[in-house]
Amino acid sequence: MFKKLKISCDEATTICDKSQYGEATVFQKIQLNFHFLVCKICSMYTKQNSEMSKVYKMKAKDCKEKRQCMSSVEKEALKRQLQELEA
Amino acid sequence: MSENQKKHTLDPNKWIDKYADYLFNYAVTRVNNSDIAKDLVQETFFAGLKSAKNFEGKAAERTWLVAILKRKVIDYYRKINSNKGKAEVRMNFHQDGDNEGNWLEERVPQTWDNDADKNIESEELKSAIDQCIDHLPEKYAMVFRMKTIQEFETEEICKELNITASNLWVIIHRARTQLRRCMEDNWFNN
Repeated sequence: MFKKLKISCDEATTICDKSQYGEATVFQKIQLNFHFLVCKICSMYTKQNSEMSKVYKMKAKDCKEKRQCMSSVEKEALKRQLQELEA
Repeated sequence: MSENQKKHTLDPNKWIDKYADYLFNYAVTRVNNSDIAKDLVQETFFAGLKSAKNFEGKAAERTWLVAILKRKVIDYYRKINSNKGKAEVRMNFHQDGDNEGNWLEERVPQTWDNDADKNIESEELKSAIDQCIDHLPEKYAMVFRMKTIQEFETEEICKELNITASNLWVIIHRARTQLRRCMEDNWFNN
């Protein structure tokens, strides 16, 4: 039991990253919290990771608000190329 | 090509007006570079024209073009995946030995001293993030962006790029630890 709970910092931070997307399993979260008891570094990493997630969320929101298009000049050029290829 | 009413037909003369923006948007959300996205869209139309005679009319025109573009995106991902050494990801943990999986001493996270007084909504913060993402190896940046900024489902990314979920999490983990460090050096403890 104890052995199964013991994980490395690399594994702990991987679980932490997964849980930022809500995709860590319950057992993985238990492993992570068990790791925090012995590792202050990863505990801090987790706090900072949540901060980073907030920043990424803001970027994601920005991204959703703008829809990117090709310019009409580019489209016309592409049309000509396509017509040449067709001929 | 069949004239059967039930079957879909292709009309390449209208492709650009009807689908260029849709395909471009599809591509740019994956490769995050408008020049590369334009190239992929162009290649898609060319490939579509070349294989138009093989079009069986089973799928709608747009679906068929998207399927071609999907393959172009995978090809692009494979290409950047084999670009070795250009911007190598920095390891944060011991890779072997007694300390395997422990933090490398020089990569241990530091406390952030000025996170409280830095405005989280600021434009500078956004550009600092962009710069740090650009410093990642391309493959990591692409998967990280798709997952975190475009918020695609894990399953969708794996399917599209033909990678396993554990592969994806290794990439996300490495990208995030590297980004955290980059932001620590250039933003929080700057």
